[in-house]
Amino acid sequence: MATEYAFPDNAAKTADASQEFQTEKMSVAMGPSHPSTHGVLRLNLDLDGEIVTKCDPVLGYLHRGDEKIAENMTYNQFVPYTDRLDYLAPLANNVAYAIAVEKLANLEVPARCQAIRVICCELARISSHLLGLGAFAMDVGAWTVFMYQFTEREKLYKLFEELTGARFTTSYTRIGGVSRDMPEGWTDRVLAFCDQFLPILDEMLEMLTRNKIFTDRTVDVGIITKAEAIAYGLTGPNARGSGVTVDLRKDRPYSGYEQYEFDVPVGTKGDCYDRYLCRGEEMKQSVRIVRQAIKNMPAGDYYAKDAVRIFAPPKAKVLTSMEELINNFMIVTEGPLMPAGEVYFEAENPKGALGFFVISKGGGVPWRMKIRSPSFCNLSILPKVCQNNLLSDVVAILGSLDFVMGECDR
Amino acid sequence: MAVIPVERKPLTFAERTYIPQIISGLKTTLKHMVRKPITLEYPEQRPEIPAGYRGVPTLVYDPNGREKCVSCQLCEFVCPPKAIRITPGEIPSDDPTAHVEKRPEEFKIDMLRCIYCGLCQEVCPEEAIWLQNQFSMSGYTREEMVNDKKRLYELGGTLPDAHFKWDKKKAAEEAGNGHH
Ligand code: SF4
Ligand code: SF4
Repeated sequence: MATEYAFPDNAAKTADASQEFQTEKMSVAMGPSHPSTHGVLRLNLDLDGEIVTKCDPVLGYLHRGDEKIAENMTYNQFVPYTDRLDYLAPLANNVAYAIAVEKLANLEVPARCQAIRVICCELARISSHLLGLGAFAMDVGAWTVFMYQFTEREKLYKLFEELTGARFTTSYTRIGGVSRDMPEGWTDRVLAFCDQFLPILDEMLEMLTRNKIFTDRTVDVGIITKAEAIAYGLTGPNARGSGVTVDLRKDRPYSGYEQYEFDVPVGTKGDCYDRYLCRGEEMKQSVRIVRQAIKNMPAGDYYAKDAVRIFAPPKAKVLTSMEELINNFMIVTEGPLMPAGEVYFEAENPKGALGFFVISKGGGVPWRMKIRSPSFCNLSILPKVCQNNLLSDVVAILGSLDFVMGECDR
Repeated sequence: MAVIPVERKPLTFAERTYIPQIISGLKTTLKHMVRKPITLEYPEQRPEIPAGYRGVPTLVYDPNGREKCVSCQLCEFVCPPKAIRITPGEIPSDDPTAHVEKRPEEFKIDMLRCIYCGLCQEVCPEEAIWLQNQFSMSGYTREEMVNDKKRLYELGGTLPDAHFKWDKKKAAEEAGNGHH
């Protein structure tokens, strides 16, 4: 019996060009351990060639349940946890949290304490924006700025270390004040830092602003229109880059921001380049604020003295007086006494508006605490802005949005 | 609100040729070649630690050699990650510091849990627990990373005391005008 062989009809197959050259969309998981996703963000991308047709962010890899943790400890015990929200600007988080709880107690801290907090916030902003710029520049291929900004941030960390006792996890504020006053000569060292910082900042920005490679990667890339920025609830430099003039330090001043003179930089186009320019200018404005705050530093206390059931008494008194000793025990074990009620407070953090919503049933422990993190809201626009962009532009967009997963997933 | 739109100047022709950037890049490199290094050769060179630094928590003696901790357990309560475990104990009546009544039988700080927040030092009513200058801890096992009482006092040493409140109390009692 003759064997029948089936030969594939190559000629016919080649002729069927539509089948031969048919392409498929490809799904790519970018992250959670991708260097340009700045932490543990994962993007599920659908690619048509190099073009992103769908971008699906997956969050939650860094979830620690901070909101639930807050319900199980006194207000002061939660301060170290706020360090770990936006861990590039822990001082600013500390301040925002303290002011939120003080608002609940209707407590006004002394002017000196407010000025210290403003300096803290602005130095934290410089530190955060520096890293934002450096990481952004590195993502699009400029290494030098990254090294420069780390040198500058090291100087800032030295200042934080002196002020708070720790470089990174500052835990500086307490409800009703700050943990300790500024050390001797610290303000002079801050001023010295500001003086040498501005020329270096200019040098850094020079390297990017007029750099053809950098502008090629950022100009007209990832455009967010003003309407979109508002619709998606963007805040901070990301909103301002799109021309939205929102800055809580101006709109709803807190901690004495109304006394300081500074400008709010806004972009015109809303592309990555505009967001970068806004951050660069904001650092200069921060230096302005720091200088004014130091120049007009009020004398007085660094904590609210009359809030005896909120701020623990000074050590010397605890060691010598029985009443103060008992009070110390009460504040530590029961927590700072708060009235029942609920309060929402938002502060202009480096990444945007960081909000704390605190519900209290009285006593020293919050009943519920909700944290509105700017990075989380800013990332909501990713699916929209990444669509129909090149894969390599996604990296630039992520860098320009400058988010931190610690606060996004909290 | 003083709003300033950021400046967006188009690149000049020269800038579009990449040449100025390359030249300025080379200049930067050359400048840094002759500069003093800003890095530290870490294990050999140590960074300067400012006063009030929050390093590894330790227990301290007062200048008379009395262990300051009275085992009130306030630090154990406040520690946010629950790194401290204290077993309180009585001081035997023939001890020279018997007037203090209590001291810790055992005092353990789990350095794998500690977040160096400094709350223990802040709340301690005896100034007995201090976060001092040491900032690096390492060990081969988990057990090694738990500092027991002996190790805590080794790390802490003796710190000056401004009040000597227990000695004052004893003196007052002996003079017959104590509070009890
Ligand atoms: S420093 Fe903070 S975490 Fe460490 S033992 Fe003291 S209270 Fe606990
Ligand atoms: S170290 Fe201080 S707070 Fe802790 S148990 Fe001893 S005396 Fe109390």
